[in-house]
Amino acid sequence: MKLPAPLRVYLLRHAQVALSSLGRLYRAPLASLMTAAVIGIALALPSGLYVLTDNLQRLGSQWDGGANLSLFLRHDVSIEQAEALKAKLDRWPEIERLRLITPQQALAEFRQLSGFGDTLDILEENPLPAVLAVKPAASATQPDTAAALKRRLQALPQVELAQLDLQWVKRFNALVTIVQRAIWVLSALLALAVLLITGNTIRLEIQNRREEIEITKLIGATGAFIRRPFLYSGLWYGFGGALLAALLLALAFLQLNAPVRELAGLYQSSFRLHLLDMGQWLVLLSSGALLGLIGAWIAVGRHLATIEPG
Amino acid sequence: MIRFDNISKRYPEGRDALQSVSFHLPAGAMAFLTGHSGAGKSTLLKLIALLERATRGQLFLDGENLTRTGKRKIPLVRRKIGMIFQNYRLLFDRTVFDNVALPLVIAGHRHQDIGRRVRAALDKVGLLDKERALPITLSGGEQQRVGIARAVVNKPPLLLADEPTGNLDPELSRDIMRLFEEFNRVGVTVLIASHDLDLIARLGHPQLRLHQGHLLNPEVLSIR
Ligand SMILES: Nc1ncnc2c1ncn2[C@@H]1O[C@H](COP(=O)(O)OP(=O)(O)OP(=O)(O)O)[C@@H](O)[C@H]1O
Ligand SMILES: [Mg+2]
Repeated sequence: MKLPAPLRVYLLRHAQVALSSLGRLYRAPLASLMTAAVIGIALALPSGLYVLTDNLQRLGSQWDGGANLSLFLRHDVSIEQAEALKAKLDRWPEIERLRLITPQQALAEFRQLSGFGDTLDILEENPLPAVLAVKPAASATQPDTAAALKRRLQALPQVELAQLDLQWVKRFNALVTIVQRAIWVLSALLALAVLLITGNTIRLEIQNRREEIEITKLIGATGAFIRRPFLYSGLWYGFGGALLAALLLALAFLQLNAPVRELAGLYQSSFRLHLLDMGQWLVLLSSGALLGLIGAWIAVGRHLATIEPG
Repeated sequence: MIRFDNISKRYPEGRDALQSVSFHLPAGAMAFLTGHSGAGKSTLLKLIALLERATRGQLFLDGENLTRTGKRKIPLVRRKIGMIFQNYRLLFDRTVFDNVALPLVIAGHRHQDIGRRVRAALDKVGLLDKERALPITLSGGEQQRVGIARAVVNKPPLLLADEPTGNLDPELSRDIMRLFEEFNRVGVTVLIASHDLDLIARLGHPQLRLHQGHLLNPEVLSIR
């Protein structure tokens, strides 16, 4: 496919300006790097917090599987009575599934998982009660319906204690949601900071090149021609900052990945830290570039018009 | 080429720099603009390049009424004019080549085209061997010639020069004026503001004489 000539010339000119803007930043590496670093930190902060809450949510969802109820039966309830209760509860429409864990099974499981095998042998009697694990039907998983089911089960004479399991998952999720809101607010503030940083950097650049701007205006440069290198500078600052932010995230990830894996192993969990997927990386890079561009645009709009040759 | 029609210019704080100035400089002509310091020579040139706006009157360039030119059209007007300044106004962080190329880059010329035209312009002012030099390493006369090369590189129909020989010795001044005459011979309209009365008297082109904002002899142009 061949582009029409005017478009080709236009794109070529943009590419030239983009490159020469990059070259200009490259020729003042320290100053450019400092600006990009400040932007990078401002972008890395909300991104890092986002990754953190995202992982916490994944962790929570691994343990969730809906609200579960545990019915701890009284010690004087025999296995047969427990079986009978299970059969009766199986017919309740609010209950989807039931599983009976006998004291023996509970003890065996505990022995296996805890590693206290020998110590448990000292006990003469099994201290663990029989437990009915209840999976409520979908109609009874909302906080209020689940609580109502819990009250009905608690009222049964065979039940010592009805416990709504993993209620903390819900609280935890609520907490994560709040934290995520806070991250949005923080992101907005830091995005503003990025705008101000690039805007100020571009403003200084405009001041430094005042003479050049006047002279080019003097010999017939259009506003667009004069604006373009500054807009590309802003774009590069933002993009460079986003690259640094990505680098910071990756470094933090490398630092945390091994210990988290080890910890998860201790809890027999297959949980793995999750960084960002391809789309999210692209969002990070493009929002950095976009913020830089907008910051430059604002600075250029405010400061370039005031420079007139005389 | 240039027509002033009762042009007056008053700076925001200050007296009138130009008062009811009228003249017509035909295309292909060459003329000097003289007068004491503060007479309004620079102001007159600035009005043509739209660096300042007239307070009253009509101003035409190449048939276009500049008093009606909108802000966005100003660059297009300036591209028709080669401007030469007393203080050169070069970019000191760019090479001679890049300075001269600037009008062509602004106008969006092709790369090969730019190289050819820049060298042609530098050749005319005798600075072909200096294309890689930075302006700061050049003498005053050489810098002025770089400014002239930049002004003519895109072959504008009009050359305006404000005291182009102000800082130069007599011999260099003569060379530069001869350069302007050469451009004029190939059809470029030239208007030069100058103090150097001896020199311009010898050259024998018409002189527009300004005195305290008044043009004393507008008829000098129409006589020829
Ligand atoms: N930007 C300005 N603001 C206010 N007054 C100005 C401005 N520029 C020029 N003037 C005034 O306008 C008058 C004409 O100035 P102008 O620069 O046109 O004179 P000139 O003939 O070029 O003088 P010179 O030979 O010294 O360069 C002077 O009185 C000057 O003080
Ligand atoms: Mg002057």
